[in-house]
Amino acid sequence: MNTALLLAIGGLTAVGLYLLTSRSLSRIVIGYSLLGHATVVALITAGGPAGWPPIAGGAAPEDMSNPLPQALTLTAIVISFGLTLFLLALARRQRTLSGDDLVEDDLEDRRIAAVESTPTEPEDSIAP
Amino acid sequence: MTGLISLAIVGPLVAAACSLALRSRPLGRDIAVLAGLGSAALASHIMLVTVARDGTHTVAVGGWAPELGIILVADLFAALILPVALTIIFVVEIFAIGQRRTVWAASPELSGPLLCVLTSGVSLAFLTGDLFTLFVAFELILVSSYVLLTHQGNRSQVRAGMTYVVMNLLASTLFLFGVAFVYTATGTVNMALLAERIPQLDDGIRLGIGAWFLVVFGTKAAVFPLFSWLPDSYPTAPTTITAVFAGLLTKVGIYSMIRFHNLMGMEDLGPIMLLVAALTMVVGVLGALAQSDVKRILSFHVISQIGYMFMGLSLFTVAGTAGAILFLIHHMPVKAVLFLVGGLIENHEGSSSLDRSGGLAGREPLVAVMFAIPALSLAGIPPFSGFVAKLAVVSAAIDSGGTVVVVAALVAGGLTLLSMAKIWNEVFWGRRTDGPRPSPAPRRGRRTMHAATALAVAGTLMVALFAGTLLDLSTEAAESLRSPASYIAAVRP
Repeated sequence: MNTALLLAIGGLTAVGLYLLTSRSLSRIVIGYSLLGHATVVALITAGGPAGWPPIAGGAAPEDMSNPLPQALTLTAIVISFGLTLFLLALARRQRTLSGDDLVEDDLEDRRIAAVESTPTEPEDSIAP
Repeated sequence: MTGLISLAIVGPLVAAACSLALRSRPLGRDIAVLAGLGSAALASHIMLVTVARDGTHTVAVGGWAPELGIILVADLFAALILPVALTIIFVVEIFAIGQRRTVWAASPELSGPLLCVLTSGVSLAFLTGDLFTLFVAFELILVSSYVLLTHQGNRSQVRAGMTYVVMNLLASTLFLFGVAFVYTATGTVNMALLAERIPQLDDGIRLGIGAWFLVVFGTKAAVFPLFSWLPDSYPTAPTTITAVFAGLLTKVGIYSMIRFHNLMGMEDLGPIMLLVAALTMVVGVLGALAQSDVKRILSFHVISQIGYMFMGLSLFTVAGTAGAILFLIHHMPVKAVLFLVGGLIENHEGSSSLDRSGGLAGREPLVAVMFAIPALSLAGIPPFSGFVAKLAVVSAAIDSGGTVVVVAALVAGGLTLLSMAKIWNEVFWGRRTDGPRPSPAPRRGRRTMHAATALAVAGTLMVALFAGTLLDLSTEAAESLRSPASYIAAVRP
């Protein structure tokens, strides 16, 4: 297995997950696309060593790369592309509604928390 | 048979396209959606009869070999769950047509076609025989659910939608990584081949794959501690959409776990899973007790009830798996009905908050009855379907010696009854304590909504009435899941 590819998968996943924990939706979008790339590289790596393009008559079958993970990858790329666009639309909608693209707290949850515990807890202590 | 399997998957997609083309004609649009959903539901019922009589049927899409192509497998487990799921969607769509004349409705141009796409995804998830197609089916379901949840674009929906979308995107990413791991370890994504090859792997790799998919499917199914997105997002959507989500989406996760973890022989994970099941049941129901809104209470109950199915699965015995399957069949209609009644309460009282409603039993006795039956069933009171399903799961757990989890199940059952009594006291009895009286609920569309809910309540009673037959079928399905040889033989003759 190719060490460079493994490092790429690890790096993309780490950065992607870090960005995904952010409250800003535009960072989440970038994080999700990085994670998408990481899965694509992982799927390609799962197919074994690289070879000639898998086109009939192009090369001997044993010298070709494994076409199945490539087909899976193509599907995964299309799906993650569509979802990135949806996330961007969601971020834009949030910006229209509240002027920023931060994920807000659940008000009902906060209300119940305030009833059960100390009532001095500030209602809007949202860490950025 | 091949035609039936295709119809269940492709029929709703065609209906979605037709309904989008007819979007400016309300009647044609509704007919297209109902025809698509109805034909898929009908096909699934015929499929159940055929599979129960003739055994498993497979379709190799495009005629590829099982190692290379997509394969659809209608075994007894899939054929048993599919009719329940598709019938629920059909009934909910009837309710939605009635609800469209009120202020609580989802946008009809979008929700009909999206519901069709979701239905197609559900059929595909139940019928698929390979792991990657399962991923695609999940995405089909999730993408339509993202849009259904947020398409009205108001503030609470966008907020809840973000949590839901990001959480599920992460789970989907983990799913893809899981597919890559499985392919690296075994060189295939076909479930039947995996059932042969995964048990031969080293223990570490095998259990790693099992645990990984436990997290993936567990997030979709909302088991402890991966449930926080569910009560956050479900209550914000229009009722009909929440009814479909609560009735089906988490169950697709449970279904995938029952299939995957049984076929791949993950018995070693049993003890940890039992602990998770006990925590899911108790934490879910405690969450429900703290809430003061009908839809939020019901959302927490989804989690608690998932625990029972997870418990049946975690036992890894024929009786336990059969109990889990029966519980799935009982739970899907009951949960959907309760959310539909939540929609009726919202329609009559102007809000689904407990503080702003009261005395509905006197004004609308029919709604009270339609709430009481599924509520008692959810709490597991005889003679309703919940009692039979809980009995099956709990007695399987006693047979396997899982005392702790049985105690947790019984405690959760008692607390479920308590929170159902809370809804009953505040909404159907008592007096409103807060807020102005609502303007009289619009009468339009009410008859359709009542009829659809009554139909669904009748469906839950049917589950109780035919519980014996259903348990026999569930046991048969569980036996073939517990001995993967029969599944492998059916897929690779």
